[in-house]
Amino acid sequence: MELSKAVNSSTTIKKEKKYSPLRELLKNWKKQKNALWASLFILLLITVAIIGPFIAPYDPYKPDYNAMLQGPGIDHIAGTDEYGRDIFSRLLFGARISLTVSFLSVFLGAIGGTILGLLSGYFGGWLDRLIMRSSDVMFAFPDILLAIAIVAILGPGLTNVVIAVSIFSIPSFARLVRSSTLEAKETVFVEAAKSMGASHFRIMFQHILPETLGSLIVFISMRIGTAILAASSLSFLGLGASPETPDWGAMLSLGRDYLGTSTHVVMMPGIAIFLTVLAFNIVGDGLRDVLDPKTKNE
Amino acid sequence: MEKLLQVEKLETQFTKDKQKIKILHGVNFHIHQGEVLGLVGESGSGKSITSLSIMKLFKGTSGEINSGRILFNGDEDLINKSETEMRKIRGKQIAMIFQEPMTSLNPVMKIGEQLLEPIRLHLGLEEKKAKEHAVSILKKVGIPRAEEIMNEFPHQLSGGMRQRIMIAMAISCNPQLLIADEPSTALDVTIQAQILDLMKQLQQKEKMSVLLITHDLGVVAEMCERVVVMYAGRVVEEADVFDLFESPKHPYTKGLIASVPKLGQKKEKLDSIKGNVPNPSELPKGCKFAPRCNDVMPICYEQEPPELNLENARSCSCWLYKEERGGIRV
Repeated sequence: MELSKAVNSSTTIKKEKKYSPLRELLKNWKKQKNALWASLFILLLITVAIIGPFIAPYDPYKPDYNAMLQGPGIDHIAGTDEYGRDIFSRLLFGARISLTVSFLSVFLGAIGGTILGLLSGYFGGWLDRLIMRSSDVMFAFPDILLAIAIVAILGPGLTNVVIAVSIFSIPSFARLVRSSTLEAKETVFVEAAKSMGASHFRIMFQHILPETLGSLIVFISMRIGTAILAASSLSFLGLGASPETPDWGAMLSLGRDYLGTSTHVVMMPGIAIFLTVLAFNIVGDGLRDVLDPKTKNE
Repeated sequence: MEKLLQVEKLETQFTKDKQKIKILHGVNFHIHQGEVLGLVGESGSGKSITSLSIMKLFKGTSGEINSGRILFNGDEDLINKSETEMRKIRGKQIAMIFQEPMTSLNPVMKIGEQLLEPIRLHLGLEEKKAKEHAVSILKKVGIPRAEEIMNEFPHQLSGGMRQRIMIAMAISCNPQLLIADEPSTALDVTIQAQILDLMKQLQQKEKMSVLLITHDLGVVAEMCERVVVMYAGRVVEEADVFDLFESPKHPYTKGLIASVPKLGQKKEKLDSIKGNVPNPSELPKGCKFAPRCNDVMPICYEQEPPELNLENARSCSCWLYKEERGGIRV
């Protein structure tokens, strides 16, 4: 009883700021200069994706045959394309398409991969072998080739691009989550939870999944860059968005005929893709430095 | 007194590189209702495997129970229970405390969440009642500011506190049997005493049976009523705690007791039992302790000694106590 009183009084004196993991994360995040800027850029992109259609100066679909292939200027900040459509407005609309496609496909891939990885790592045995060998088969194909094959089967269109990109994301996620699961399932607290009568489902999702979250978050942010690139490539090849859609990849594809005469038609969507992918990769790197305890004290 | 748990001829084996290695070779013991039974032996003698066998917590390892019976509550044989049935028993009727309090709590879950897990699972209380129950259990194990602790994470607590939380989790559903696998080994000495006191108190108040696994004979002397000594996957001696310390029968038990340093004893070197616990895949013929035994006889290398019942309801597996083999009956 004496002890408990002592503990009580010492805590009331030391009424410090309460520990919160989020606050610590933000504190460390501020130290990562590059990642901070990149995350601000992504925030801007997300805002643009939401409000873009309302602030766009022109209708992205409406051709203007009096202003074809104009360079960047006062009327059209980023110039116009072969039909006189305002490239800046098209980029704003395209941000929504690119982000939706990439986020959706990565999250679908992450969910599928996480479930497979958890099952594979937790149960082991033939299930593990089946899942891991199948993903090895998927790994044997170059990503984009696999995506092309899937779209070729399903037919072109943005929905199918999402499906294709998420399918080729699944094996990488499964492998990542499996390795963290193998580590987490050996911990004493998992054994303790079993000794309390917890079910497999509960152990997998309540106790093991949170252990894998750190590496999962890092990988998701990296993967979004890849997904944008893949979706744009598919659109560029004519397998994704239809040509009139203001998708960044489709815009690139249309503009390539004018590469020699009007470079800006290709440059503008190219820069947009480049900056977005770069930002997501830098954020991923930053997140890894913040979340990985091994690199924390460097 | 009624027997709560009766383990009969329990054999457990693991598979390594397609080779089956037997770890438990017919373990026999029982625990009465409301009794504290100590399970002692060196590292590698099969104590922890015995406890895992009772809980059937082998999922993910190659371990399996070969044969034997684990009778719980009279006639329920745990060996025949399915995983789903076992899950209902674990935590509710048989609970377990582990050695390392630092790692047996999930670092990313709040104490309250973890404590509520078995309560929700087994008692089916509504949310508010479950929380009240959790707080009352925390108070019962002597945790100050219990309500606040519910919202804290394990890393904010000391080792002793965490072990108290583990005990709270284990007793939260009023189990009939508590298996404590070296509950005080990872704690410093003063906290050790507190935790053992707490367990003793709770055991008497709740009338639980406790299977205390330890290699610390001091803990056994303080806590237990009866002791089972294990060696190389076998029970070599079983006796009342006073009888055991007063007159140990098996040479292994004698060695264990002799190797505890005594107060006021002046010695350059502490007594120890020569050699190591044999590798379970290369056990010697005959008595497994023979190569390390001080009283070894020719027969010890030939044949394994049977379990002999001696006076005072104690038993011992040693040729020394078998008259017709030329041993001396004490």
